[in-house]
Amino acid sequence: MDIFSGLMHGFSVALMPTNLLWCLVGCFLGTVVGILPGLGPAATIAMLLPMTYNMSPTGGIIMLTGIYYGAKYGGSTTSILLNMPGESSSVVTCLDGYQMARKGRAGAALGIAAIASFIAGTFGIVALSLVAPTVADYALSFSSPEYFALMALGLALVVLLAGDSLVKGLIALLIGLWLTSIGTDLFTSQSRFTFGQSSLLSGLDFMIVAIGVFAITEVLNSIADSEETQILPVPKGLRNLLPSWEELKACRFAFANGSIVGFVIGVLPGAGASIASFISYGIERAVSKHPEKFGTGVPEGVAAPEGANNADSGGALIPLLTLGIPGGGTTAILLSALVLWGVKPGPLMMTESPDVFWGLVASLYIGNVMLLILNLPMVPIFAQILRIPVYVLHPLILGVSVIGAYSVSGRVFDVMLLAGFGLLGYAMSRLKFPVAPLVLGFVLGDAMERALRQSLMMSQGDLSILFSRPISAVMIACAIVVLFLPLLPRFRALKQAAG
Amino acid sequence: MEKRFLKDGDVIAGAAVAALGVYITLAASKWDIMGPEGPGPGFFPIGYGVALVALSLVLIVSRFRSGEAVEQKSFDWAGFGRAMTTWSAFTVCAALMNTLGFYLSFALLTFFLVRFVFDRTLASAAITSLCSALGFYLVFGFALDVSLPIGFMGF
Repeated sequence: MDIFSGLMHGFSVALMPTNLLWCLVGCFLGTVVGILPGLGPAATIAMLLPMTYNMSPTGGIIMLTGIYYGAKYGGSTTSILLNMPGESSSVVTCLDGYQMARKGRAGAALGIAAIASFIAGTFGIVALSLVAPTVADYALSFSSPEYFALMALGLALVVLLAGDSLVKGLIALLIGLWLTSIGTDLFTSQSRFTFGQSSLLSGLDFMIVAIGVFAITEVLNSIADSEETQILPVPKGLRNLLPSWEELKACRFAFANGSIVGFVIGVLPGAGASIASFISYGIERAVSKHPEKFGTGVPEGVAAPEGANNADSGGALIPLLTLGIPGGGTTAILLSALVLWGVKPGPLMMTESPDVFWGLVASLYIGNVMLLILNLPMVPIFAQILRIPVYVLHPLILGVSVIGAYSVSGRVFDVMLLAGFGLLGYAMSRLKFPVAPLVLGFVLGDAMERALRQSLMMSQGDLSILFSRPISAVMIACAIVVLFLPLLPRFRALKQAAG
Repeated sequence: MEKRFLKDGDVIAGAAVAALGVYITLAASKWDIMGPEGPGPGFFPIGYGVALVALSLVLIVSRFRSGEAVEQKSFDWAGFGRAMTTWSAFTVCAALMNTLGFYLSFALLTFFLVRFVFDRTLASAAITSLCSALGFYLVFGFALDVSLPIGFMGF
């Protein structure tokens, strides 16, 4: 199926009334969680996933992905009106968005954010539609050594980019690998790290880990950092939400900059929307004729980061759908959702599950239009969500988390594990250990171990198989370079001190 | 060794990770590492177990080496206390779920959090807990028919 007929097939799937409804539900929920500070798309998708078990894979993934990219639209509303990011990727939007709002241009700032998100989001989806089939074709030649090398490279990039400390990122990743080993070994049926508990023989469920380290941790962090905030008023009426012609003209480069930077950064595992928005803001400032005005409320300072964090979604779906390698925490949950529904993400997904693949890609186009409508005329209504008191919101998140964890297997034991992973996530965030490598280590650990053991079985225990095949050799070499990159400045300093 | 290092987060985390690494390595060394058919169940864990021990030592040593330059930051004990109180209440609620059922234990958790962690009035706490438990019943119990733990009172 070529790209055009694939897309046409996708639209016939995505435009079915039930799928349209799930797309709308996902975009609506995404906007809501994007607006709410302290509740992210990863936590929401993790909490809702157990409730989607009985849905069709196409409807389910359309809804959950809608939450993923919808949250990025919603995040700007909180940044502009509260000077507090609704999503981590909207941090940069606070700099100029809030200043515009303080000058009485809240409507224009919200309008620019929505328009930039729409343009860049659409660019990301078009690029995804064009690039994904080529990547999938190339990945068809991969065998166990190449898959192991690819996962090693992906995890190395995640460790490098996920936090400030490489050592802490690596430790988090290894803990994720250990957690996924708990249970029965697939090759030999040897029970590993079960502490004599029969409940652990089947291993830890990803949902328990994800809800614990995302949702419970977010509640604990939010309660620990409780701050009183003041919301700025949103002008009513669509006319007051549209930016002026001069403002749109000033943003024309920012739209292109955000689109390209966001997409390219999105493809890289571990980089994520926050880095994309910082880079595009930096580029915008560097090429601006008036860089000194950045931070005082210039529209380009809103358009560039908002565009970048939305184009990132399209890029991030490429490694997930074509290689089965997620680049971040939220895409890791989407991967496990697909696996739960019996869909195998990877190079064969387009041919084995065309409804899911092309249906999802087409739904992104539709969802982007829905989000523009939700985030322009309806933004004053969504802004009212910020008035929900935290003492109501946090217990609700805890309750939904419990229901999500309990519905995995119907055991209170899983709810106790959930509490344990919530504490682990909280400790990690306080000690500045990144959570994304742990989650990715957990998701990919099983497949990575299997690929490594299968490779070594193929070579009768000879590790050189990983270096003798060209693709895996290049990827392993890249992974080693990525991990040693942060040590280069230290070596230079030592050399200079010795010289 | 200065006492302040023993209270440092990185040193404590490093020690805990080292202990985990030692446990993993010892447990994995009892399983087959490499058999006639290829790597055994201990092959992968022993690799990351040793790596965990090495990395934890790097974390601790680098913390000691940079110790003079790093300023002592004030720790937000009040925030930490609120978070730990919430976590403890949540854990107790989870432990009581088999006896009290989901709705009652959740209502008690909400009441406790609103009254004591968020410091709201008794009436606010009572109304919030009752309304949210009722809301959960209507959405999950009644509309979606989700199976949840049932307590001695039959709900």
